Amino acid sequence: MKTKSVLLRVARFVPLTMAIVLVSGVSRVAAQENAAIGANIQKWSYNELMNAPDKARAKQNPFEGDPDAVRAGGKLFERRCAECHGMKAEGGKRAPSLLREEVQQASPGALFWVVTNGVVWHGMPVWSKLPEPQRWQIVAFLKSFKAPSGPQKPTGSE
Amino acid sequence: MAGHRPLSPHRLLRGTIVERSVLPPGCLRVCFLAFSVFSCSLLFSPPSSAQESPYIVTYDHYLEEPGNLEVEYFSTFGTQRNSNDFHAFWVEFEYGATAWWTTEVYLDGQTTFGDSTLFTGFRWENRFRLLKREHFINPVLYIEYERKNGADKILKEVEGVDVESDYADANATLRQEHINELEFKLLLSKTYKGWNFAVNPLAAKNLSNNPWEFGYAVGASHPLALKASPNRCAFCPENFTAGVEMYGGLGDRYHLGLHDTSQYIAPVAAWNLPSGWTLRMSPGFGLNDNSHRFLMRWGVSREFSGFGEMLGHFFGGRR
Repeated sequence: MKTKSVLLRVARFVPLTMAIVLVSGVSRVAAQENAAIGANIQKWSYNELMNAPDKARAKQNPFEGDPDAVRAGGKLFERRCAECHGMKAEGGKRAPSLLREEVQQASPGALFWVVTNGVVWHGMPVWSKLPEPQRWQIVAFLKSFKAPSGPQKPTGSE
Repeated sequence: MAGHRPLSPHRLLRGTIVERSVLPPGCLRVCFLAFSVFSCSLLFSPPSSAQESPYIVTYDHYLEEPGNLEVEYFSTFGTQRNSNDFHAFWVEFEYGATAWWTTEVYLDGQTTFGDSTLFTGFRWENRFRLLKREHFINPVLYIEYERKNGADKILKEVEGVDVESDYADANATLRQEHINELEFKLLLSKTYKGWNFAVNPLAAKNLSNNPWEFGYAVGASHPLALKASPNRCAFCPENFTAGVEMYGGLGDRYHLGLHDTSQYIAPVAAWNLPSGWTLRMSPGFGLNDNSHRFLMRWGVSREFSGFGEMLGHFFGGRR
């Protein structure tokens, strides 16, 4: 009986202990993984573009040359991607610059493939939750950095 | 119920959180302090915008973006035959620990009309992405620990032979039952041409001497527009997603099947606002006599980015 009551007393503190372990453990793991990601950020992210299968690489952007698609892509980029890649795609602590030659020279199909599949083991989530046309719009926006006038910003108001 | 004296807020708090809860008494102050720090920290985290699924019970294979925290509030109004209707609610803190691991804490409560309001327990849920890339079907492993009492009515999942009559007793009776449960789900999901299809088989084990119980949830959803419009707008069709989900019990280890189970079908809709807020709504309908006739669910959520980084610094993570 005595053992049972001691166990019950200990059990009452399980939720609080669990909460502390959860918050400290999860944040530490996440911080360490992010630090590791930061160190290798250039290496893995640009290599991932090379991993795109030939079939995916050969795909053409259905919105190529469409200024509306670039503007829509800019809007989507700002909402989904800018928190890691930076507002001007210049890169950040958690994700690489998308202005680099490796990205700008990559085929639209390869970019689409990386956006779709993410680089999950290295911190980039999959973005297949966005419908296919929206992913192509993001690719159109990324490719617009090559243009001499630079990317076009979305217009209008909320 | 006419003879009941109205409770003062102080007595209500003592009754619902301290005396009836699963938390140790001294923990309340610590929890309040932690909650205050947590709320303040949210003020400094910028909102983030995500494409949230419209499902309330079903899960697709998409996890929380790493480092982001999503705070959600959900309500379920349910009709109850042979007793009073109820309003159950939960608060959910969903954190993207990594791109392959999302962890969530739920705090549940309910009000039964003409009876009482009480805190009914908490859940700790973890979802792990199993594959590196997108595949024809994408599996995610779901593991949850629940510590709640029998008065929990949020119906976040339906399992085993859970039926409407289980909820007909008074809260004072229902809360005497303490439930420690482990729940496992395999979240299978596929997105094709804008359509998302998700199937979630589940197995749950009450850690007391109860048999394994089984259940399922399936869902399909589609955004109202596949292409984004070039302008910023709250009412653009691409911000809305609609679908349907169906869920129910599948019996237990000894009586597998649909006999004596409850089954529901529920249209679902979500509105993802550019400001980072998401609204969800879902009227649910019981499909047999064991089910609640009607469940009205709605929820509001907001995502905050950079929360993990801030927390990591606080607990000594590397800069």
